Amino acid sequence: MDLDADLEAQIDSWRGYVQRRQAIATADVEELEDHLREQIEDLLATGLDHDEAFLVAIKRLGNLDAVSREFAREHSDRLWKQLVLVPDDADENRARAWRELTVVIGFALGAGLAVKAGLAWSDGGTGLIRNLGLLVFPFLAAYFGWKRRLTLPVAATLIVSFAALAVLLNVYPFVTGGSTELLAALHAPVLLWVLVGIAYVGGRWRSDARRMDFVRFTGELAIYYTLLALGGGVLIGLTVAVLSAVGIEPGPVLGDWVLPLAVPGALVVAAWLVEAKQNVVENIAPVLTRVFTPLTIIMLLAVLVVLATAGGLGAVDRDLLILMDAILVLVLSLLLYSISARDSLARPGLFDALQLVLVVVALAVDAVMLTAMLARITEFGFSPNKIAALGLNLLLLVHLTRSAWLTIGFLRGRRPFTALERWQTRYLPVYGVWALIVVAVFPLVFSFA
Amino acid sequence: MRIEKDLVAAAATPLVLGILMDGDLYGYAILKRVGELSGGSMQWTDGMLYPLLHRLERLGYVTSLWVTSDAGRRRKHYAITDSGREQLAERQEQWTVVADALRQVWQAAPRPTGLTEGWA
Repeated sequence: MDLDADLEAQIDSWRGYVQRRQAIATADVEELEDHLREQIEDLLATGLDHDEAFLVAIKRLGNLDAVSREFAREHSDRLWKQLVLVPDDADENRARAWRELTVVIGFALGAGLAVKAGLAWSDGGTGLIRNLGLLVFPFLAAYFGWKRRLTLPVAATLIVSFAALAVLLNVYPFVTGGSTELLAALHAPVLLWVLVGIAYVGGRWRSDARRMDFVRFTGELAIYYTLLALGGGVLIGLTVAVLSAVGIEPGPVLGDWVLPLAVPGALVVAAWLVEAKQNVVENIAPVLTRVFTPLTIIMLLAVLVVLATAGGLGAVDRDLLILMDAILVLVLSLLLYSISARDSLARPGLFDALQLVLVVVALAVDAVMLTAMLARITEFGFSPNKIAALGLNLLLLVHLTRSAWLTIGFLRGRRPFTALERWQTRYLPVYGVWALIVVAVFPLVFSFA
Repeated sequence: MRIEKDLVAAAATPLVLGILMDGDLYGYAILKRVGELSGGSMQWTDGMLYPLLHRLERLGYVTSLWVTSDAGRRRKHYAITDSGREQLAERQEQWTVVADALRQVWQAAPRPTGLTEGWA
């Protein structure tokens, strides 16, 4: 029986509520939902209306806290949830999981071979650095394209965009080693990441929720990739030690094959792991933000004190501005991941206040730097690097200022948390546009210098 | 008449295993069967059935299988195993002893009619 849309929405929000319980696994939620639906259908048949049927069915299911405690007692292992990549239950699931594994390995190998080919054809110039992202990210996008079954128009748009970027990066007559070339190489990955994002959200790039999912994915991917790199490093180190001990020199094989294949391939594998675990383990990135938010506040305060007492603001150079951009990006990531993991219905708490402190201190540090930088630019004039760093700085400034403003509103109970969430997801594409300007317009304006 | 919570909990395992002796069933159907058998007087918090089923599965008394229902939803069916049957036989003996003992006590001291009804 088809239930009406209102009832579906109620069941949806109930499911979301139950899914947050650690002890109740996804499959259990499905089992409970089947129960709930059948109960509702039976109640509807006895003449209750939709709301009544839903309420009675929920009531009969019992107090969720008690039920969840009972689940926890039975499944205490779920506090250390296990990651099942290839499930061993239903045959259909198994076949699907194996097929996915094959596809993942295929794309990982593809990315590795593309980089290997790039290394082989490279003349040792900067061309490879400019194109490195283009050799890897399309494979990641292809994996998501396959996984999300992209519609033809979306897939075509992505392919054309990748191709256009490739043409742009290789047709422009960059002066070798010039700053516009370096800037293009630095900003191209941002554009590529936007394209991966479009594949990740299955073409639904207008949806705020899906954008937030992509933010979560990015954070988890960074952590998983780091873990894979650490594990791979240990493994390679041990192998090298053993081989050297028996007198075989592993250097050439390692440098020529293992690293070029493994380093890009691991990115695709990490993406697959993040996809596979989604519901299985609590996300790590938000947990880390809890630790690093207070630490970053202390660091920023120290920086502020040093800058204020050193008095050498005249000596502030481009490198320092780039460093400041890096710090602001860090603060922004902390903010994004805390927001992405927060229950938007929860009331303002201590951590929200702490986050506001972080953003405000970061803004203070940045204001000092920006003043110094502007003074310097008026004295010595513009350069591509300065403009790129300054532009990013201004974008971050706007982003953080508005975030601080919305956080204050939220802490005072004037605004819902969703306003802050929406600001993040709405603002993110601006960075893509800026990256596009740096890659496509800067070289023309500064005559490829 | 409502049956006390602890008594329902004690009877849950043999009841579920006994119901599964008639054939595979999913959670909601098991609960419906309990309701029919007890004339609605054994009230269960529906959600509590599933942790119980999972415990029985872990102990090896039942196995589960996901199937697709007529409505197209995924549904988990439970079936009793051999060791579940053994367990049921054992529980049956225990309950018979308890019921036997109780019956003898009731006979020795007839139930005070009229009082329990009001207190329960």
